[in-house]
Amino acid sequence: MKRFAILGATRGMGRSLARRCIERGDSVVILGRDAEDLKRSAADLQVRAPPGVKVATAVCDLENSDTFRPAIEAAETALDGLDVIVVTAALFATQDKLEDDMALTQKLLTVDFANTVTFCEEARKKLLQRGGGTLCVFSSVAGDRGRKPVILYGAAKAGLSAYLEGIDHKFRSQGLITVCVKPGFVKTGMTEGLKQPPFAGDPDAVSETVLRGIDSGTPIVYAPGVWGGIMTVIKALPRFVMRRVGF
Amino acid sequence: MTRIAGWGRQFVEAQELVPESLMGAPPVLFRGLGRSYGDSSLPPASHPMVVRTTRANRILAFDETTGVLRAEAGLSLIDMNRTFLPRGWFSPVTPGTQFVTLGGMVAADVHGKNHHVEGCFGQHITKLKMRVADGRILEVGPHLHRDLFTATIGGMGLTGQILEVEFTLSRIPSPWLIQESERIANIDEFVLKLKEAASQWPMTVGWIDCLTTGKSMGRGHLLKSRWAQPDEAPAYFPRELPEFRVPFAAPEFVLGPLSVQAFNFGLYWRQPQKKKTTIVAPWVSFYPLDFVKDWNLGYGKRGLTQYQCVLPNEAGPDAARRFLEVLSREGGASFLCVIKDCGPEGAGLLSFPKGGMSIALDIAVRDDTQQLVDALNEQVIKEGGRIYLAKDALTRPEHFKAMETRLPRFNEVRQKWDPEFLFRSAQSVRLFGDPA
Repeated sequence: MKRFAILGATRGMGRSLARRCIERGDSVVILGRDAEDLKRSAADLQVRAPPGVKVATAVCDLENSDTFRPAIEAAETALDGLDVIVVTAALFATQDKLEDDMALTQKLLTVDFANTVTFCEEARKKLLQRGGGTLCVFSSVAGDRGRKPVILYGAAKAGLSAYLEGIDHKFRSQGLITVCVKPGFVKTGMTEGLKQPPFAGDPDAVSETVLRGIDSGTPIVYAPGVWGGIMTVIKALPRFVMRRVGF
Repeated sequence: MTRIAGWGRQFVEAQELVPESLMGAPPVLFRGLGRSYGDSSLPPASHPMVVRTTRANRILAFDETTGVLRAEAGLSLIDMNRTFLPRGWFSPVTPGTQFVTLGGMVAADVHGKNHHVEGCFGQHITKLKMRVADGRILEVGPHLHRDLFTATIGGMGLTGQILEVEFTLSRIPSPWLIQESERIANIDEFVLKLKEAASQWPMTVGWIDCLTTGKSMGRGHLLKSRWAQPDEAPAYFPRELPEFRVPFAAPEFVLGPLSVQAFNFGLYWRQPQKKKTTIVAPWVSFYPLDFVKDWNLGYGKRGLTQYQCVLPNEAGPDAARRFLEVLSREGGASFLCVIKDCGPEGAGLLSFPKGGMSIALDIAVRDDTQQLVDALNEQVIKEGGRIYLAKDALTRPEHFKAMETRLPRFNEVRQKWDPEFLFRSAQSVRLFGDPA
């Protein structure tokens, strides 16, 4: 029976992961920016949970770093401790849109890199102070290689992946296990309206893979699993090939 | 733009939005899991946009003492069953598939094997949260905006957007069912036995072989069931069936007349004894086809349609026989044909069932399908019956108007709440005469 705090649990993969956790008996605090939406998700989780499983909420906005520490502390208090902190929340916009909108670009880079890392630093300190735990953060396959359709989003995620690898190397021996999740294309509200590539994943299948990764402490989890193979190939492609292809 | 279709697989190009929250959705038709067969959940050609509700799937409240459940409209029945069956609760009314959403169940006012006892789904709704054409969000129920409520249950999404549904789950004594299957010699015996079983069993349905003609016309199996008491049921929770997928659209000979005949012959003689009692899992009893994912692909590239009508009690006990005679005269080969007696009409202004016999046929779409549907509709009009909009793809507007005597009242309510026809479907354009 683990105690989870999940930032981004009101929607998409976070919602699915939270449901999976409570259904197997883990307690969950869901973190998000909209109190009303958090209440609705908490009700959903509480009804689905077996008796005795605790569900709580804390307001936390990735756009506002002042909310990070209070939210993590509130989560810890609500569950009387924390074993796993998960970040599924992020911003997404297409490359075309970002190239035309500098303010949006700055916001995306801030939220997906600087603020996510800041949140992780708070989470890391909290977990280390407790003697360890698991920090599971959703990066992206977009961070594995500079690619034309996801240059800016991919750059933020590349930075995030590098950070997560670094803290995993440094702190694993002290009991802090870092799991970097790299989802491929997953059918959620975030990817709504985008053209679906082959191997598009379903959030419920992804959350199952992620939960297995959290349980076993796998440092890098590709989800759906097939993306591990795809990215191995893409990473191995020479630059002159990457320059010619559209992805 | 993507290609979307009803369960009958007649595709159209449309923009399908799938928002996580329905609150900011544009004022267009909502659709759920797309299990209506025809064009009920497809947008009008001139404004090809729909909102799919399936991501709005949160349970908002459940009262363990009364069974009252409130949830977002995109919650699926399969999700509900997985959540509540193990706790001894079940939907008061279920259609023959669990791949439907709550919103869809309201919009089609679905019925099931217990219609003669429990009526339609709408009868169990205590409240709906809706957004109407002028943008207001309203609570609607049997005593709140009753006109809008009765037009919305069975109203095919044409009165406004269903955001949340509150209804009462039923307590069940165990997650197993006692099912008695009885072999029936012909349609006359069927009508008799269905009526007879209605007084003793909470759930009944018949499968008929509608290819055999003459003395054995309409032979089949009558399935009668009830929830098992704890002392009759196995101590364990029933396992879900493994899934099977149809990989691609089958060539048309697969469901040709000969194979349909062979299938129905085999099904009939699968049970050599007159009566057989078994204990079965809910998915076997309620959703026998669900374990074959995409079974509609079996009907080939041109897809399928379902013809479902109700023949009222006033038409007399021979109405079902007369209907089958028209069907065989027209050469309609239905792979699966289902018969069920309906209880009295509910409150829904366009709700399908009324006291009488309902007959449903799955028909592969071929060159002569329109002609077949026309002939069946003419027969149904003669008997004073009507068709089920959730299944229909081919009915002509003049036939619909002739069978739907409640239409003026529905139009009046719709006019009041959506005078500009913001919420319309390809089906409402075809049948109601909405602006294209």
